[in-house]
Amino acid sequence: MKRLSNLFALLLLWTSGTFAGECSLRGTGDLGVVIERASGSVQIIETSGNTAIARVTGLGDLSHASVVYSRDERYAYVFGRDGGLSKIDLLCARLVKRIIQSGNSIGGAISQDGSLVAVSNYTPGGVKVFDADSLELVADIPATWGNGRRSKVIGLVDAPGERFVFSLWDAGEIWIADMKDPKAPKITRFRQIGRNPYDALITPDGRYYIAGLFGEDGMALLDLWHPERGVRRILDHYGRGEKKLPVYKMPHLEGWTVAGGRAFVPAVGLHAVLVIDLATWQEVGRIPVYGQPVFVEARPDGREVWVNFAFPNNEKVQVIDTESLKVVDTLEPGKGVLHMEFEPRGEEVWISVRDRDRVQVYDTASHRLVRELPAQKPSGIFMTWRAHETGL
Amino acid sequence: MWRRTFLLAASLALAGLALARDAEVPDSARQVELRNMLLQDCGSCHGLTLKGGLGPALRPENLAGKPREFLFETIRLGRPGTAMPPWGPILKDAEIAWLVDQLVSGKALQEAQR
Repeated sequence: MKRLSNLFALLLLWTSGTFAGECSLRGTGDLGVVIERASGSVQIIETSGNTAIARVTGLGDLSHASVVYSRDERYAYVFGRDGGLSKIDLLCARLVKRIIQSGNSIGGAISQDGSLVAVSNYTPGGVKVFDADSLELVADIPATWGNGRRSKVIGLVDAPGERFVFSLWDAGEIWIADMKDPKAPKITRFRQIGRNPYDALITPDGRYYIAGLFGEDGMALLDLWHPERGVRRILDHYGRGEKKLPVYKMPHLEGWTVAGGRAFVPAVGLHAVLVIDLATWQEVGRIPVYGQPVFVEARPDGREVWVNFAFPNNEKVQVIDTESLKVVDTLEPGKGVLHMEFEPRGEEVWISVRDRDRVQVYDTASHRLVRELPAQKPSGIFMTWRAHETGL
Repeated sequence: MWRRTFLLAASLALAGLALARDAEVPDSARQVELRNMLLQDCGSCHGLTLKGGLGPALRPENLAGKPREFLFETIRLGRPGTAMPPWGPILKDAEIAWLVDQLVSGKALQEAQR
C-alpha cells in the first residue's frame, strides 16, 4: 500500500512537472510517443535514457490509433478511432490543435513534402486531406463504389510524387490520389483487386504498394513505377487445403519487413509467417509460429524478425532468425502485447504490454528486458525516425 | 443432412439452456477478465466505446430489437464471410450469455465510459 501511494505521488509529480507550460531546447531525434488507448492520452518518451518525459491528454477514443510525424520531427499527428486528428508539439508537450474530421477513422499518412496530412475513414468511408500546419480541410475524397455506397478505407500510405495510396475494404479496390494540385486530387482506380483488403504497406523506396487480403488468400501488388500494368496477385492461395483458424485480431502490415532479399508477412488464418522472394514474388518459406501474427517487424539490421500475436496468444513475442528461417527465441512480456517499435538503429525494441499497463524495453542482442515504464493500457509506439520513412 | 439438422437443433437447445441458466454466471474475477476482453479485444474492431470500427457499433440502441439468441450465436459461431471470428472455442456458453447481457443492458458501455 505504501509502495502504491509512493508510486502515485511520483506519478503526480511527473505529470505536473517537467514541462508544464514551458518548451525545452533539445533535439527530437530520440523521441517517440506511446498511445494510451483507454485514457485518450499519449506519453512522450525518449530513447537515449529510456524515460518518459510527459503526458498529453484529451485525445479522445484511441482504441485504434496511429501516428505520423512532421518532417522536422517536432509535431506528432495522432489519428484516433473517433475521427479525431490531433497535432502534438513534442518540445512543448502540448496539444496544438484537435479536430473531429469524421465519425470513425482508422489511420493516416503525411505527404512526401510534409504539407498534407491524410486520414482514412470508416464512417463516412473515404479519405480527407488536411493542411499539415493549420489542419484546415484541403480535399475530401469519398470512397464511393457500386450504387453510391461508401467503402471503409484502410492501408493509407504516402508515395513519391506527392501521392497517397489506399485500399477500400468493402469494395476491394486500390486508389491512387495524386495531390500535386491539393485542392483537386487526381484519382486512379484499380478495381477487383481481391476481397476485403485489410491493411497495406509500401516498400521504403516507394515503388511497390502491397495490400493484404482478408477475404481470400493472397496479396495485391501494385508497381507505382508502372501503374498502367495494373494490380497483380501474389501469394495466391497460400492457405490452400488448410483449415482456416479464427482471426481474433486483424494483422497489420507496417513498413517493409525485408531481410536478405526476402520479405516477411503475416499469414491470415494460419499461425505462420510467410517468406516472399522479392525477385519472383513467390513464397519461399513458411515459418510456424505461436499464434496468428499481428505485427511482423524486422530489426533494422534485418538479421531478426520479431512477431507478436492476436488474442488469445497475445502474451508472447517470438524472434525469427532471417538466415535459418527458424524461431530462435520466445519471450513472454505478459498479456496484451500490442506493438513493438525498434529504436532507429535497432539496439533496443520497445514493447507495449496492455494488460500489465507497462511498456518494456528489450536489448535486441541479448533479448533481455532492460527497462519497464508504467503506461495506461499502452498500444502503439511511434518514434520520430518515422518522419523520414516513406509509408510510415 | 439429418446430422446437420440435429447439430443445429442441439446447438440451439444448448444456447437456450445457457441463456436460461443464470446460476452459471461467471465469478467476479472472471467477470473482470471478460469485461477487459470485451472493451479491449472486441474493442479492436467494435471500438473502445462500442461505436464501431471494422465491425458494427454494439451500443444498446444498435442492438435493440435483435433477439438474444441471435447475438449469442453471433458471438459463439462468428459471422462467416466477415471478419467476426467464432468465440465458441475460447468462451463458455455462460460467459457468452453474460457478455450478451452486458451489451444489451448497456453495462458494458457504462464501464467503457468510466
